[in-house]
Amino acid sequence: MKQRRFSWRRFSAIVKKEVIQVLRDPVSLRLAIIMPVFMMLLFGYALSTEVDHITTAVYDQGRNEDSRALVERFTASGYFKISYYSDSEKEVKDLIQAGRVKAGLIILPGYSPGADALSSQALLIIDGSDPTTARTALSSGLLLAQAEARDAFEQKQEKSGVYYAINLEPMVAHVWYNPDLKNTNFTIPGLVGLITQSITVMLTAFSLVREREKGTIEQLIVTPIRPAELILGKLIPYVVIGYAGFLFALFLCIEWFGIIPAGNIALLIGLGLIFVICSLMIGMLISTFAKSQAMAMMLLMLVILPSVLLSGFIFPREAMPDIVKAVGYILPLTYFLNIIRGVVLKGVGMEFLWLDVVLLSALTVVLALAAIFRFRKTLD
Amino acid sequence: MNNAIVVKNLTKKFGTLTAVDRINFSVPRGCVYGFLGPNGSGKSTTIRMLCGIIRPTAGSATIMGIDVLKEPEKVKQSIGYMSQKFGLYDDMTVKENLEFYAEIYGLSPAERKKRRDEIIGMAGLEGKERCLARTLSGGFKQRLALGCAFVHAPGLIILDEPTAGLDPVSRRAFWQIVRTLAEGGTTVFVTTHYMDEAEGCDTTCFIFNGRIMAQAPPEELIRKEKLKTLEDVFIKYVEMDQGTPEANSRKRWLEILGFRRRNGGGR
Repeated sequence: MKQRRFSWRRFSAIVKKEVIQVLRDPVSLRLAIIMPVFMMLLFGYALSTEVDHITTAVYDQGRNEDSRALVERFTASGYFKISYYSDSEKEVKDLIQAGRVKAGLIILPGYSPGADALSSQALLIIDGSDPTTARTALSSGLLLAQAEARDAFEQKQEKSGVYYAINLEPMVAHVWYNPDLKNTNFTIPGLVGLITQSITVMLTAFSLVREREKGTIEQLIVTPIRPAELILGKLIPYVVIGYAGFLFALFLCIEWFGIIPAGNIALLIGLGLIFVICSLMIGMLISTFAKSQAMAMMLLMLVILPSVLLSGFIFPREAMPDIVKAVGYILPLTYFLNIIRGVVLKGVGMEFLWLDVVLLSALTVVLALAAIFRFRKTLD
Repeated sequence: MNNAIVVKNLTKKFGTLTAVDRINFSVPRGCVYGFLGPNGSGKSTTIRMLCGIIRPTAGSATIMGIDVLKEPEKVKQSIGYMSQKFGLYDDMTVKENLEFYAEIYGLSPAERKKRRDEIIGMAGLEGKERCLARTLSGGFKQRLALGCAFVHAPGLIILDEPTAGLDPVSRRAFWQIVRTLAEGGTTVFVTTHYMDEAEGCDTTCFIFNGRIMAQAPPEELIRKEKLKTLEDVFIKYVEMDQGTPEANSRKRWLEILGFRRRNGGGR
């Protein structure tokens, strides 16, 4: 067990060999570059469709100027699309039941938003089976009605010439970083991380397995090559490819989807390199377990699915039970989502991101050691 | 040091199975040593222990004066190993394969170039330097594989069924190269199932069920056993250990019938 010294010559032999093989395989090379672009565009649009044009049925019993103004405000907001004008409450309910509309607006007789009494004069019924749509309908509906009431109240005061204060806003709320609460600002930067991780993990997951399937690994074992030289040497060309993919995805996020980072882009690009290396290490670890490419594919799913669901990409991690949350800590994406969202949305720098950066780097080292250790074991 | 390989009481157990059972042999330097035995006899396990890939359960092995147990990494540097399914990178050219292994064995750029050209000449691969390994015929592939294993000019080269599946012409061409290496002072440790190849070895060693049955130059074994060819010797040794083929076949049938009876008893 002596002479465990790292040899740069053997390391460079592996790097050269991998570069030759990658360049001889133009299909995989092109795929690694085209995939991030294709996936960014595809998922970018799939995830960026804000809930709007919610189909709505209206039963207007007020039939006056004010009630028409309320319906007009609902339509103008873009959130609601009036598809039915009904004549009874029952009709509205039937339409919701049948799934023809997602919301029903019932305006009571004598609707007058500027009246002194603040009792409700309109009813918004929402189909809650899809919570995302329902939440949008609920919050935008309430806001619209409130605004309508405020405007009407002010108009009335102007007409009468009598001014008195009435507090229609018991609380003032400010939304920071993403004032329009646009979904895309949250999901698209996350998507950059998810796509980068999925592709880079795949790149290395197959590299050792391919050698095992072809029997070349048997030959390498009888040479003086050390596991660290082999694993790190194999990594280098894929760092270049994976990093290029990351930069493409980030470029699309900024230029195509128009999400301009509030913080330092150079910092983000630098930290992206650690993230790419960390993801490649996961792939490397997978390839020390997998006996065949089919098995590597299955192990890949074990990484990709939790990455979508547990990293905070879709569901907020704050709401998860501790055990489930802990699983997320072994995914580089968990840390990188904090980093990319922090830089892009909040514009924060290392002073707030250092913990995520330290943990991501630590994870990279742990994964590298695990891969090297695992590889050493496969020799016995 | 006159011996390239010295093996003493070498044993390997996998759980309860003893794959190699206290074997002893030594291989003099510069000799072509045929290591013979049927499939599953412990040949590959022995070779893997000699290469420093797996640790012996007991016993010792010294390769070119280096203790395999103490310095397995140093052993790897001083031997060349080639198997039937040698790991050539088939998407790399002849030159690239040679240069890759030369660099893995730590040769300097100048040495790499020199050795590469020497090997191409030795293996008769002139004009094919830029061919992808996958486009080579089986015979050329094995010659390139031998070249890759010999690229660092080791004192000992271990060949594990190097000619399996080759046509007779390719086999002869391959063995001519092996002979050249041996004449140059390289020790060759080779396993094969072709007895004509074994007869060409300086010394042969028969291993069966993890134990060594005989060890002598091939002519001496044929004379001693009073048989015509080495193939007859091989078959004789296997039958000696298993009993006669007729007795075996009877035993096997009884086993099958007995198994059936036990199974049928429940009905």
